[in-house]
Amino acid sequence: MLLELFWSFFKIGLFTFGGGYAMIPLLQSEIVERKNWVSEEEIMDYYSIGQCTPGIIAVNVSTFTGYKLRGIKGAVAATLGIVCPSLIIITALANILNILIENEAVNHAFSGIRIVVIALMADVIINMWRKNIKDFWQFMVFAIAVTAMVFWGASPFWIIIAAAFFGLVLRKGN
Amino acid sequence: MLYALLFWEFFKIGLVALGGGMVTVPFLFNLADKYRWFTHRELVDMIAVAESSPGPIGINMATYAGYKTAGITGGLIATCGLVLPSLIVIIIIAGILNKYRQSDKFMEIMHTVHPAVLAMILFAGIELGRLVVVNQTAIIIGIIFWGAIHFVKLHPILYIVAGGITGVLMGL
Repeated sequence: MLLELFWSFFKIGLFTFGGGYAMIPLLQSEIVERKNWVSEEEIMDYYSIGQCTPGIIAVNVSTFTGYKLRGIKGAVAATLGIVCPSLIIITALANILNILIENEAVNHAFSGIRIVVIALMADVIINMWRKNIKDFWQFMVFAIAVTAMVFWGASPFWIIIAAAFFGLVLRKGN
Repeated sequence: MLYALLFWEFFKIGLVALGGGMVTVPFLFNLADKYRWFTHRELVDMIAVAESSPGPIGINMATYAGYKTAGITGGLIATCGLVLPSLIVIIIIAGILNKYRQSDKFMEIMHTVHPAVLAMILFAGIELGRLVVVNQTAIIIGIIFWGAIHFVKLHPILYIVAGGITGVLMGL
């Protein structure tokens, strides 16, 4: 089980291009649908909390998942899994990375990969929309959050805090 | 004691950097000023490398910066330092979360927080789009891939590999 956890997160780390949120389609497929380890709602909870706690969000989400399955040992196994591919690849290629990212073929490959990652993320948003945007207030939070980040450069940390506070206010109102 | 210092500096970054990997960047610029382990110019190159390489961007930055400072061991130590605070904090929070996840209050908060997370996924996608040359070909390829993803539902890794191959073949 610990090895399985490590290996799943190793694969996810190896194929994550573009940071913590770009990892979501892989998490969804690997640990929600295939392994049934956590639910989609739990992943969303982990991102909500992981955005507001110290450390890198990708690591936070991995630690959460590992802990849920096998306690502290699971948390360590999942975290090692997500970290190891970077550690191995960057260390092995450190001396040629600068040359590599100037290489034309490598850049074409990255462009293709980024287009696919964007398509995967778009599909995640479409699939999650129905479950997460069910009423007017939820739509408002979504719309304001997008506007605040794209046009005002607002920090995701404060957006999550504001959304949480708003949730509490709504609860009082009901 | 370069190793101990390296570990401590990255541990501090791991403790105060909140969110995505790019938030570590300003702290790394501070390190460059403080210790001259690497130059500003090298850091700018590191960002380009860390954004492109597989894996979380923050981990890529730490490994690369640690490597530039003190070789293979340096990369390992910097990465461990960066990860350790979140490992400890999340283990503590995860224990608490198990108790309160089913509570009404938690669910009410998440009712409005989940849409904000959805907004963050959209924003991350937009940011990623800035690294792509957006032209007609890119948009058509994107739509074809989205169709395949939505209706065929293979493992995302297969689409990512296919995307890399398509990129090389079509000179994207």
